[in-house]
Amino acid sequence: MEPAVLIFLSSGLFLGWALGANDAANVFGTAVGTRMVRWSTAALICSLFVVLGAAVSGAGASTTLGKLGAISTLAGAFMTALAAAISVYLMTKSGLSVSTSQAIVGAIIGWNMFAQAPTDTRILTTIVGTWVLCPLLSAVIAVILYKALRLYLRHAELHLVRTDAYLRLGLLVAGAFGAYALGANNIANVVGVFIPAKPFPDLTIGQFTLSSAQQLLLLGGLAIAVGVLTYSKGVMMTVGGELGRISPVAAFVAVIAHSIVLFMFASRGLEAWLIKAGLPTIPLVPVSSSQAVVGAVVGIAILQGISGIRWRVLGNIMLGWIATPILAGLICFFGLFFLQNVFGQRVF
Amino acid sequence: MNRMSKLRLFSRTKDLESQIDEFLDKLSEASVMFRLGVRTYLKEGANGEFDVKLKAVNTLESNADGLRRNIEKELYTHTLIPDARGDVLGLIETLDHLLSLFEGTLWALAIEKPEIAKEFESGFRKLTNMVVQASDALVLGARSFFRTPHMVGDYNHKVMIYEKEADKISTQLKLDIFGSELDLAHKAQLRNFVEQIDNVADWAEDVADRLAIYAIKRTV
Repeated sequence: MEPAVLIFLSSGLFLGWALGANDAANVFGTAVGTRMVRWSTAALICSLFVVLGAAVSGAGASTTLGKLGAISTLAGAFMTALAAAISVYLMTKSGLSVSTSQAIVGAIIGWNMFAQAPTDTRILTTIVGTWVLCPLLSAVIAVILYKALRLYLRHAELHLVRTDAYLRLGLLVAGAFGAYALGANNIANVVGVFIPAKPFPDLTIGQFTLSSAQQLLLLGGLAIAVGVLTYSKGVMMTVGGELGRISPVAAFVAVIAHSIVLFMFASRGLEAWLIKAGLPTIPLVPVSSSQAVVGAVVGIAILQGISGIRWRVLGNIMLGWIATPILAGLICFFGLFFLQNVFGQRVF
Repeated sequence: MNRMSKLRLFSRTKDLESQIDEFLDKLSEASVMFRLGVRTYLKEGANGEFDVKLKAVNTLESNADGLRRNIEKELYTHTLIPDARGDVLGLIETLDHLLSLFEGTLWALAIEKPEIAKEFESGFRKLTNMVVQASDALVLGARSFFRTPHMVGDYNHKVMIYEKEADKISTQLKLDIFGSELDLAHKAQLRNFVEQIDNVADWAEDVADRLAIYAIKRTV
């Protein structure tokens, strides 16, 4: 592999690392923060399943991003991922809700504008639609699951201690599913823009041949896993503390609802099944893991009485839908200008 | 989580479950022994049979103490039920005090051997029955907290009723005692016993109030 390829990929890998460090908390934050699951166990399961999800089911959402903007050069992809990473950093610094999915889409549009490539408005509308749909769907799923689980627990008459043991196990399983779904859905944000540039030759190991896209998905998954293992502990503790007032049952439901939503927007298998059943399909689009969790928690809060809702968080989410892509788009546009005119790189 | 640690988690769970159940069994058993102890005292005084009941309550109290310590240790060492741990410990500790009240009253009878006139026997018997019923309803409420928290309210309601009835009986008993021809020291001693027995129902009501909050937290 050429060292230049790695340099160009570094922005995507950095984005992957940041995603692992931050979004693992959406999957295991409450479990670890409330000490239902040890951080080491959570980090191990999370990193393993993130890589699996990225490598096995990551192609679907990545393809959609590729359709939004076919970034054909490595330098262009580098700046797109870097612009997304910088905007995620800046938005986080300002305490605003941020999603890597929204940042990368804004950055791709920035590239489209710089390269004077047309943006497919149909794909863009689908993507923006899913941003609104994602927390709403998560809330609806959480409400249904929460009601069903409460009904079950009421009738099962399990001992408090036994319920706790089952919940611990449930949080681990839900976390593993959540990590898989996170890897499958959000890997597109990390390496999606590099896929059209095909930076790697095919790699043959024994009987298996890994294409450039597959190698990218695996590498991106590993970057997320490194983020989980090196930097997620503090974030998990913080998220766990912030959401500490919700019960373990609600936490379990929130993680499951989040995971189902992320999986729905990433699974090609589900898409094929829906087509076969003659049902409308769900677009394969990278969505925000944080917003899926917040949507689920808000759904449960509404079920328990409207007073539990944190309106400021909701306001931040909506502001994020607009501010994040605009910021990322602007950074990408000006970044590409510098990369092309100062460093003499071919960016499209 | 590998298979071994999963099995450990569930065997620990089963163990803790049975320890909590056993603790509540001790409390129910102690209330029966307490009732029998007071009845024996009223009938025959502090004789051999009364000593048997006293010893039984004594043993139950110390066994329950051991169980309480084990439960506390298990909960903290293995960070079990983190969200309800404080409530469970609070519940177990306050229930444990009920056992101390049973034991303390029987010990006081054994030491002071108060002379209870025939005319007051019925009042003491009724009061004892009522406080024991309050305690039993509380134990049922506590069991319900662990498995069916939405039903705790029903048991708590009974605790309140028994406590009110116990208050009425104890007030009447005290009026009867102070309206009698006994000397003041004797009256004061009997009043003290009335209050000591009535204290069981008062304490049961206090624990029921806490239990109501714990149950609400579990059902929200």
